[in-house]
Amino acid sequence: MTETVHVSGSLRNRLMITLIGGAAMLAVLLFVVVRSYAAQVAQQGQDSILRASVISILDAAVLRNGRVEIDIPYAAFSMLSTTSDDRVFYAVHQDDVLVSGYDGLIDPATIQGTPARFSTRRYQGTPVRLATASRVLVGATARSRITVSMAQTQDAMAGTLNRISRNAASLGAGFFVLAVGLSFWATSSTIGQLQRLTTSVARRGPQDLSAFAKPVPVEMLPLVSSLNSLMGRLDHSLKQSEDFIAEAAHRVRTPLATVRSYAEATLHRVDRDENRAALRSMIRAIDESSRAAGQLLDHAMITFRADHLDRQDIDLVALVQDLVLRLTPVADMRDVELAIRGDASVPYSGDPILLQNAIRNVIDNALKYAPSESTVDICVTGGPPCRIGICDQGPGFPPDEIATLATRFKRGHNAEGIIGSGLGLTIAQDVALAHDGRLVLSNQTEGGACVTLSF
Amino acid sequence: MRYLVFLILALWPLGAFAQNWEDQQVFQGATARSTLRVLSSTDTSFFEPIIRHFLADHPDWAVQYLVTGTAEMDAIFRAAPEKFDLVISSAMDLQLKLANDGFAARINGISHPDWAQWRQSLFAFTTEPAAIVINRAAFAGEKIPQTRQDLIQALRARPEVFRGRLGTYDVRHSGLGYLFATQDARASETFWRLMEVMGGLDIRLYCCSGDMIDDLVSGDIVVAYNVLGSYALARRDTHAALKIILPSDFPTTMMRTALVSAQADHPDMAAAFVRHLIALQSSAGSDDFPLPPLNLQQRDLGQSTIALEPALMTYLDHLKRRTFLQEWQSAIIQHR
Repeated sequence: MTETVHVSGSLRNRLMITLIGGAAMLAVLLFVVVRSYAAQVAQQGQDSILRASVISILDAAVLRNGRVEIDIPYAAFSMLSTTSDDRVFYAVHQDDVLVSGYDGLIDPATIQGTPARFSTRRYQGTPVRLATASRVLVGATARSRITVSMAQTQDAMAGTLNRISRNAASLGAGFFVLAVGLSFWATSSTIGQLQRLTTSVARRGPQDLSAFAKPVPVEMLPLVSSLNSLMGRLDHSLKQSEDFIAEAAHRVRTPLATVRSYAEATLHRVDRDENRAALRSMIRAIDESSRAAGQLLDHAMITFRADHLDRQDIDLVALVQDLVLRLTPVADMRDVELAIRGDASVPYSGDPILLQNAIRNVIDNALKYAPSESTVDICVTGGPPCRIGICDQGPGFPPDEIATLATRFKRGHNAEGIIGSGLGLTIAQDVALAHDGRLVLSNQTEGGACVTLSF
Repeated sequence: MRYLVFLILALWPLGAFAQNWEDQQVFQGATARSTLRVLSSTDTSFFEPIIRHFLADHPDWAVQYLVTGTAEMDAIFRAAPEKFDLVISSAMDLQLKLANDGFAARINGISHPDWAQWRQSLFAFTTEPAAIVINRAAFAGEKIPQTRQDLIQALRARPEVFRGRLGTYDVRHSGLGYLFATQDARASETFWRLMEVMGGLDIRLYCCSGDMIDDLVSGDIVVAYNVLGSYALARRDTHAALKIILPSDFPTTMMRTALVSAQADHPDMAAAFVRHLIALQSSAGSDDFPLPPLNLQQRDLGQSTIALEPALMTYLDHLKRRTFLQEWQSAIIQHR
């Protein structure tokens, strides 16, 4: 039954990889987005301060006698104070000529337009953010363009960005950890549904082929439906097999019985010795075939019924008594007595047809090997485990074969000349196993074989 | 008159490069092998104990201590930053601009309050208020002025006593005087009225606090405005004659700062000197550290010590300075 199923990948792993990979990508994306947004906001903050500084200086510019005078407000530099003590550079140009501040900060020829412009460049070996704005001053005699540039290093902003980056990184990491936890939960709850189905399939008894009634998630409906339909078909074909066996048993046994009765009638009519001898061997062969067919069919039936144990509450003693009653004529023919002893009543829940079959086969065996004028001792005791011991006074089992006698078609080497198929003990053993019991073969010390069924 | 002033301004750098030091001394350690060159605006007498203390810890060093005025010092250092290891000055604005312009080296690992350092390259180590110092004799029987307003009234009440006997910094030549004047002007219009009144009384202009105090002691002048109180206090012989007034309307307090040249030959030893200065001001008594140490409490009370921030560069702007000096001259030099 346990054939190797080829494994290709794992649903759990695939789900986990997808979810965790997605979470990791989202976390990285979150980090990048937060950081770039923060960088943008921080840059805007610095830009707006630089712009305010530039505008406040530009507003203080006046033309006096064609010469620019700027009463730079204290606040213009004061507002540029940062926690990291960023360096500040500035330049004031009048018509592209530097009139105050740092030389080389900006090429005045490139400046056009009034609105403040921003750029990032290097000055004195450090990166600076530069804001530039210009204004046309109209004096008494001339017009003049005043350009004010203010630059600041970006140490404080870098510090702020690092802080935000750290926060964004921990945010991303937290999100990732949370997402990983969630994916574990989601995966195990999804796989859990499959496992529940697996468990309920594995727990079923061998005869249980009914449909699954428990509710399942909609995604598993096709699987469960096809499983149900498969089991339905299996159940149906099993029932058909059983019917076939019953039918076959009936059809084979009846004609054989007819043939045997004709043969016996003919035996009484013929006188010649050689004819009588031929007929006797014919009857003997018919007996053997009939018995073999019966046992084969019994065995086949038991093989199927073992999977479909039809347990009923029965009294083993009553069952054995009934069998003994039916077998007494056969026993009488051989001058063998069948004696029942043990408990008065042994209740047991089992399949009566199988048990009957098993016990009949064992008693049959005993009768075949029991010598005339002997007793077959049948002992029934209550359990658990219930025991049915059947002992004869025949030759006993060959000791070297006692372990293998119950296998199919195996006959003891002392069985020649005795009708038998080698299936009797196999049937008894199968029935015992189907009832979670066992069959024990032994020889009595005073002679004779003993077969004990216990379940 | 104006052309004369411009001439002075134009020729002044030439004088600076001639390097006529106010004072120049070399302090030898016990086993001196190398020399630390310190450019300073502080009188040698204040720094001698500090340097000796330093050399006791570093006997294989010598310290060359060069003293000159703050503005002159700035020009000298900018012209040849590689010639000096350490720059110590009371002109905070010039010092901050030096640091801003990249002349100062960063010194890592100095734990100093944020307000007392800038970019880990400029370190304050004293708190020194600008004071009005008067000769007690001139105010005998009169109310001692406590504010600038009081002083204006006192000057107006007895112009004959004060005419030609007032002194203040010549802000055109003194970096510290310029710093004090600009900070005063920023704080209150009273400054300009005081300047006008003082200008009207033929105020004398000085390069340095030391000279002003000398003249105060001798009685040549009776009122000095914006003098370093610490210099006056240090002159123990003058306590009886002089009275130091810290104006109660708004005090102007300066922090003396030190920086290590970015092109110093001995940056490690210069940094060690800065550490030494900072450690000494917070722990030593007045014998080892004759200057007033950083006043941590004062900062907490919110009193106005000039802040170490880029705003100090405002008045150093060429245009702004030109405008300010014009106003100052028109107030002070009225009749000359």
